[in-house]
Amino acid sequence: MKKIFPIFAALTALLLAYGFYQAMWVAPTERTMGDVQRIFYYHVPSAWTAFCLFFTNLIASIVYLIRKNPKADALAVASAEVGVVFCTIVLVTGPIWARPVWGIWWTWDVRLTTTLVLWLIYVSYLVLRRFSDTAQTPVLAAVLAIFGALDVPLVYFSIWFFRTQHPQPVMGNGGSLDPRMLHAFLINLLAFSCFGAVVCWWRYGLEREQREVEELEALESLHGVSR
Amino acid sequence: MYPVAYPTALCKSQTKCIQSQSRLRQPLKLPAPVSDANIPQIIVSNLIKQFGRFAALRGVSAEFTPGKFYVILGDNGAGKTTLLRALAGLAHPTRGTVSILGKRPQQACREIGYMAHPSLLYDEMSGMENLRYFAQLYGISNDRRCEEVIRSVRLDPELTRPVGQYSQGMRQRMSLARALLHDPEVLLLDEPFSNVDVQSAREMVGLLKNMRDGGKTVFVVTHQALLLEGAADEFVWMQSGQIVSRTPHFASEAGMQ
Amino acid sequence: MSLRSITLATLTKDIRLEWRSRDAINSMLFFSLLVVVIFSFSFDPNAEESREIAGGLIWVAFLFAAIVALNQTWARELRNQVLDAYRVSPAPANALFLAKAVGNFILVTLLEAVMAPLFMVFYNLRALGAAWQLLAIAILGTWALVVNGTFFAAMSLRTRSREIMLPLLLFPISIPAVQSMVEATRIILSGDGSARFWVVLLLTYDVVFTTACLGLFKTILQAE
Repeated sequence: MKKIFPIFAALTALLLAYGFYQAMWVAPTERTMGDVQRIFYYHVPSAWTAFCLFFTNLIASIVYLIRKNPKADALAVASAEVGVVFCTIVLVTGPIWARPVWGIWWTWDVRLTTTLVLWLIYVSYLVLRRFSDTAQTPVLAAVLAIFGALDVPLVYFSIWFFRTQHPQPVMGNGGSLDPRMLHAFLINLLAFSCFGAVVCWWRYGLEREQREVEELEALESLHGVSR
Repeated sequence: MYPVAYPTALCKSQTKCIQSQSRLRQPLKLPAPVSDANIPQIIVSNLIKQFGRFAALRGVSAEFTPGKFYVILGDNGAGKTTLLRALAGLAHPTRGTVSILGKRPQQACREIGYMAHPSLLYDEMSGMENLRYFAQLYGISNDRRCEEVIRSVRLDPELTRPVGQYSQGMRQRMSLARALLHDPEVLLLDEPFSNVDVQSAREMVGLLKNMRDGGKTVFVVTHQALLLEGAADEFVWMQSGQIVSRTPHFASEAGMQ
Repeated sequence: MSLRSITLATLTKDIRLEWRSRDAINSMLFFSLLVVVIFSFSFDPNAEESREIAGGLIWVAFLFAAIVALNQTWARELRNQVLDAYRVSPAPANALFLAKAVGNFILVTLLEAVMAPLFMVFYNLRALGAAWQLLAIAILGTWALVVNGTFFAAMSLRTRSREIMLPLLLFPISIPAVQSMVEATRIILSGDGSARFWVVLLLTYDVVFTTACLGLFKTILQAE
């Protein structure tokens, strides 16, 4: 497994570079929005990657609760941290896109608001992990992940209905996509997914190593200095 | 690593051996249990408990016979409290297994009575009110049992003073009463005599000795082992998360440390 | 030793203890009053606008009061590590949870009963829509806050900065519930359409999370 990683990482870097080239040069400029629209090639793939990572976190948390496997917990940490980073990118690129195009920074758009709530939930997840004692952290965090997952559909519906009562501008890409745009979009989607996987994998490896070191240290220490 | 009671783990591996050797599908024949006396023991097997960078227990393995009085001794940080909590099911092992009378500690909750240095009682209620409530957790709904237990620790069931206003000795005795409420087979007591006056301590030792004589198993973690010389069956010495020796008398190890 | 008997025993014990030292309740009631007064100063109760934002204001005020109540849920159990006694006993963990959740529900409802009339007075509110629906929303909404709040209060027992941890965990998860309560209250106060969707969403929220809490409380309790 370890040997594949550098190759995979190198391929991902290449994909990202190619995607950048596609997004910035090859894809045509959008008619109404102008060059700002190119954020779309980063905004949506980031969101997709973030959701995939959060979903991974959910599965890892459930597996941990059932099997108490520490590897599952390590994956949960890794996917949560990297997911929050990608989620932050979504929340930052959204307003950057909205401001020049629609003149407003924020709107209670369904997808964006759901992403915001997801971000809040996972930041609270990371704070919980940081603030709890080591022995209980995995269980508490796993339970919170499940609560978060149950919450997200409810958030989506509540905002969706709210919007039908109070119409707001849509932060989507209205109209059909030029095939070159679609191509650039798909390349970036793939590139970002791989990028997310690479960073998460790396973080997971780091977490496993850190735990192994801790375990070795713990078993060797003679008089046990906590902290 | 999901803790599994020791006897079943052994049976599983032996069962696999039998299965692989036979070609035909036969009903599984489980081998006989390990202990020749056939009494379920209290077994701790390769117990490791890690808190971050600190290992409180580093591979503790021991077998304890029911019906005996064990005293667990050692320096601060030796792992005594952690071992006791692992036996009670309050500390989940990082690795290794605990088996109380053939069951996992959480399955054996009716057989375990636990007492710790915090009193585990509500300061705002009287002793009787406290016991009445905890009795309900065990399905005991008559007051008679509560009164009986309070009297057995030499306290007055009629006392209406809230437990928070008790002296330390009284509080420890009431806490012991709570542990004895459901007549458990195994008593796990963590520092029951700390800050307790000598008279109360002696009375508690007498009570525990009677329990052992009545067939209960008693585990006491304490720094005041001299009190228990004569009552205890075995002294278990711990250091740095491991059991270093087990002796029938305290005096013989006084030269150690 | 059924779930019901232990829940009832724990609930009566908690009520009895709360009644004996009424300090906690009194200070919470006073706090609720303060919140209403401060809101009235900050958000000028001009007739039309106040009806629009009153829904939000009331529920935010209730949320603050609820946090104060929820933070002390396990205070007595924490003092002498009484939870260890519970964990070692054969009593079902859900009995403890239900007792605490219902106890908190009663407490928070009491606070709301004090705050709501005050709001009505300061903001000159009259329900233009179906007033009975307000009661349904109050019950469902309070339960939504209390059930998750009690659960997260138990989770924050094992963390540093316990008091800040509870709202930190509770607020993101409660967003759909709070939105439902606020929107429904706004609709009823202004008589502007039907609040049925929000009531149904709130009910769904309650069912989903009550199930989740009951299913996972034992895991939380037994985690050291």
